[in-house]
Amino acid sequence: MDTIKLTIDQQELEVPAGTTIYHAAKKLGIDIPVLCYMELEDWNIENKPGGCRICVVEVEGRHNLAPSCSTECKDGMVVKTNTPRVMNARRTVMEFILSDHPKDCLTCPKSGSCDLQDMAVRLGVREIPNEDIAEISTYRLDTSPAIIRDIDKCIMCRRCETMCNDVQTVGALSAINRGFESVVTPAFEMNLEASPCTYCGQCVAVCPTAALTEKDYTAEVIRALSDPEKTVIVQTAPAVRAALGEEFGMEAGSLVTGKMVSALRKLGFDKVFDTDFAADLTIIEEGAEILDRLKRSANGDENVRLPILTSCCPGWVNFFEYHFPNLKDIPSSARSPQQMFGSVAKTYFAEKMNVKRENMVVVSVMPCLAKKYESQRDEFKVDNNPDVDYSISTRELAHLMKQANMNLNKLPDEDFDKPLGESTGAGVIFGTTGGVIEAATRTAYELYTGKSLNEKVTFEQLRGWEGIRKAEVDFDGFTLKIGIAHGLGNARKLLEEIEEGKSTYHAIEIMACPGGCIGGGGQPLHHGNASILKKRSEAIYREDAGKKIRKSHENPYIKELYEEYLGEPLGEKAHQLLHTKYFDRSTKRQFKI
Amino acid sequence: MHLMVCGGTGCRASASDTIEQKLKNKLEEKNLENDIQVVTTGCFGFCEKGPIIKVLPDNTFYTQVSPDDVDEIIEEHIIKGRQLTRLLYKDPQKDETIADAKDMGFYKKQLRIALRNCGFINPENIEEYIARDGYEALGKVLTEMQPMDVIDAVKTSGIRGRGGGGFPTGLKWEFAYNNQSDQKYVVCNADEGDPGAFMDRSILEGDPHSVIEAMSICGYSMGSDTGIVYIRAEYPLAINRLKTAINQAREFGLLGEDIMGSGFNFDIQLRYGAGAFVCGEETALIHSMEGSRGEPTIKPPYPAASGYLDKPTNVNNVETFANIPVIINKGADWFAKIGNKNSTGTKVFALAGKINNVGLIEVPMGTTLREVIFEIGGGIKDNKKFKAVQTGGPSGGCLTEEHLDTPIDFDNLLAAGSMMGSGGMIVMDEEDCMVSVAKFFLDFTVEESCGKCAPCRVGNKRLYELLTKITDGKGTREDLDILRNQSNVIKDTALCGLGQSSPSPVLSTLNNFYEEYLAHVEEERCPAGQCKNLMKYIIDEENCVGCTACARVCPVGAITGEKKKVHEIDPNLCIKCGACMDKCKFNAIFIK
Repeated sequence: MDTIKLTIDQQELEVPAGTTIYHAAKKLGIDIPVLCYMELEDWNIENKPGGCRICVVEVEGRHNLAPSCSTECKDGMVVKTNTPRVMNARRTVMEFILSDHPKDCLTCPKSGSCDLQDMAVRLGVREIPNEDIAEISTYRLDTSPAIIRDIDKCIMCRRCETMCNDVQTVGALSAINRGFESVVTPAFEMNLEASPCTYCGQCVAVCPTAALTEKDYTAEVIRALSDPEKTVIVQTAPAVRAALGEEFGMEAGSLVTGKMVSALRKLGFDKVFDTDFAADLTIIEEGAEILDRLKRSANGDENVRLPILTSCCPGWVNFFEYHFPNLKDIPSSARSPQQMFGSVAKTYFAEKMNVKRENMVVVSVMPCLAKKYESQRDEFKVDNNPDVDYSISTRELAHLMKQANMNLNKLPDEDFDKPLGESTGAGVIFGTTGGVIEAATRTAYELYTGKSLNEKVTFEQLRGWEGIRKAEVDFDGFTLKIGIAHGLGNARKLLEEIEEGKSTYHAIEIMACPGGCIGGGGQPLHHGNASILKKRSEAIYREDAGKKIRKSHENPYIKELYEEYLGEPLGEKAHQLLHTKYFDRSTKRQFKI
Repeated sequence: MHLMVCGGTGCRASASDTIEQKLKNKLEEKNLENDIQVVTTGCFGFCEKGPIIKVLPDNTFYTQVSPDDVDEIIEEHIIKGRQLTRLLYKDPQKDETIADAKDMGFYKKQLRIALRNCGFINPENIEEYIARDGYEALGKVLTEMQPMDVIDAVKTSGIRGRGGGGFPTGLKWEFAYNNQSDQKYVVCNADEGDPGAFMDRSILEGDPHSVIEAMSICGYSMGSDTGIVYIRAEYPLAINRLKTAINQAREFGLLGEDIMGSGFNFDIQLRYGAGAFVCGEETALIHSMEGSRGEPTIKPPYPAASGYLDKPTNVNNVETFANIPVIINKGADWFAKIGNKNSTGTKVFALAGKINNVGLIEVPMGTTLREVIFEIGGGIKDNKKFKAVQTGGPSGGCLTEEHLDTPIDFDNLLAAGSMMGSGGMIVMDEEDCMVSVAKFFLDFTVEESCGKCAPCRVGNKRLYELLTKITDGKGTREDLDILRNQSNVIKDTALCGLGQSSPSPVLSTLNNFYEEYLAHVEEERCPAGQCKNLMKYIIDEENCVGCTACARVCPVGAITGEKKKVHEIDPNLCIKCGACMDKCKFNAIFIK
């Protein structure tokens, strides 16, 4: 590759052709401020509209300032990143941006983790000229079950558009109107709820301000906890324990399972359970379904459709219901772990505890925003009482704990309650890309071959970071072909292969968010730092490795559940409580304004 | 004998189509329809005096013709051979009538290359274009020249983009030529957006084949078989004429496959723009054509490398294209000799504002502003004093008396703090307030910003608010410094040409008319008397006789006083409509 020699702030360096000034400066330890720019290196995700103009630098011979995020280095270039001209321009542009932004920082949900606020601090903005006459652009608030759009706070960085359109290929958000009236909205100014939005929450995960935030259900949770009539139980998803620590200043990748359990107990939950238990349950049902389809297919049943697709990710379910409704009979009919947990909790466990359904409140702590919407789906309600009452995100749990004067660092480790708190390593790895299919493989292998994997439960070929991965697993002579996609744009590619009849996979795992649930829209904000996501994933695998039991079908409480209550996997009761059906939503969206 | 009736949009708006129909009817009535032909032409350029009819072969140039004049024209001029003096152009300075256009000040200094056929031919008849050397250049290119020869010719001619950027056209073509691809595109930018500018529309309405021919030549040189004209949907006449011309060219084998038996294929499609100013910027234009939001993206990649549908694309403006056939026919050296060293050829300007001869003109580069304004433009209306001229459209700058002898070309205008732009030229007189002028132009860019980059989206709005503060008399001297700094930063940091040039009206007026700004902020006074909020209507106690006429006409009841006693205006109620002053017979009301 060609290399380029240039000078930045009087320091010479060589960079590969195609390197931007911003990245070149970074190599010298010069940290040029960027606002709209965002990159997640490992997934080739880059938002580079060159719109905020904060990162401008002086380039000798150029008549105007250059946006360093999107200007490529050229041979002999002489760049200055901190001249008075540059610093004045940067601050003036920042004043422009702030002049069109509400000043309610004290009560803003993003306060403290706001990129705009941080930049204002960094650039030392102390006042905004003529603020008294500066009009602020406004737009109506749009509240959906999972995401709130407060576009008054939008700074047109377009990160959400990049995530929604380029990465996720959902196409729910784009800029409309011109100039000062420009806003990012769904087409025809529909509400998010009426748009193709999947609630994956990746827009929220990257939004630098509070223009896009989660719908907060912590107040409802507090109210339930304070109601003596209610038995409030909580389930926590695997990816939460690998990220919650970050909200309390811990290193990314810190595992805080035990501390999180004690926090939840202290918050007043009657039982602290684990969604991983339900993940094990999912594997039993989904694994059985995979084997059933494979066997029927092998026996020449032409009604069987392969590949089978995983169904535990609600963003992904929303995606295919809208974009690929003709494929809706391909995904596994197994409910997601969150919903399996809810239905088991409000039947089996409620009966065990002798608590009436209406007096039991199930709260879930999820790395995900689509889970909020999923919990409100009609098919997961009995007499209008939802199986999962409230789904809160990792961030919301952290807020709740801080409000309750808890410092995660100082809490003791405690264990989950039994029976719905007992899980295997297979349940844990649900939180990262490749984890669901690895968990399923561990169980399916043993059931299919009748042989034990013994200690060799890890399948390295299923792990990794590429957006689309292909792997093969030898099932004692039968080769199981597996596809894995994370990010809905990658999922789309696999789905198009299926539509075109070109897919050769037996089973495909899909997670809507880059990296899987560890990169979910409800997780602590990564601020464009991809290494954080990797560390979370490593933590998940660490937790799995430390588990005594690592195969779902060996979870003794799962066995007990089937023996005492459910009967057989895929049986009638299991079907009623643990499976669902999908809907064609491509035509059901109404134009609601 | 021919009666050439202007069929441009301006004259059409003044019923030239009715005139045309009446002429035809009258000729039929007189059984002259076979002897006298009525021809629809493109714009003559002298829009101030439209509708225009030119009688051939005697070259009589009738101005401001109305449908009621038709009978007389036929009876007197056609039948009896007597010119109608009352419809002839009257020189405002010499007070004499002039019958032949070439003797008029408006046309004398003009050199029409891009506009060569406008007003001379029927744009809906390809044969008339061919009769004036049309498609000869294409023939020459296809039979005698290699693609690189064509590019060399365009480079040698020195022609630079007429849409505003001023980038050397030949280089652009060469870049597109050098980028190998299975598909390339030739795009004609007909998204003319400058308020008051209509040269591209006039060319498309008056001489569409010149653009079609040039696009084919460009296609041959860069290796493209597809041309696309991106044209504003608000130009229905231009669209229709272009469609007619494309169809005729196809019928004549001048578009389509194997043109002139050369093996070269080329055809042209139309795309309609919704009228966003920013879509004149080539990357925004390409995004708009692709169906995306019309907003610019950072270059590189340049369209020549990755343009429409990511294929190499060459985008040129209508006027640029209209010059190409002439360059090929008359030679690059001939063209290069016209104008200045670094700005060759001619430029079309839309003259507007407080000037006697409003219209479309084409002059060699290097002509001075004075020549354009005072000779071609006929000087300032109502013998007022010249104050400033805004060149380069809404994002150009205001130049003053001292710039009048500046030769007009790309580099000189830039050096003077303005720009060539697409050729808007708005003349202002002593009654124009320069702060208000800056505000007026900024209002346009605020409206037309795409909203992508912060300096343009928010910054221009802030400049506008600050200018309003100043014209309201609430500005301070510090505000002028803020205004200058914010303007400079927007210019320095905005993403595309629109944003980078949008503060030019502010900066050029700040530089050239600083005293006027100072008067606003320090004395709360508008020297031009235009800023309503700085005006105060006052009743002169000496002259007022107490007739009550002013009080009765005041729409807001701001004037009080007893009959036959001196009246008074309440400045808090007064809306400065001026009705009282118009009504007063005693010169008792004045503005302070």
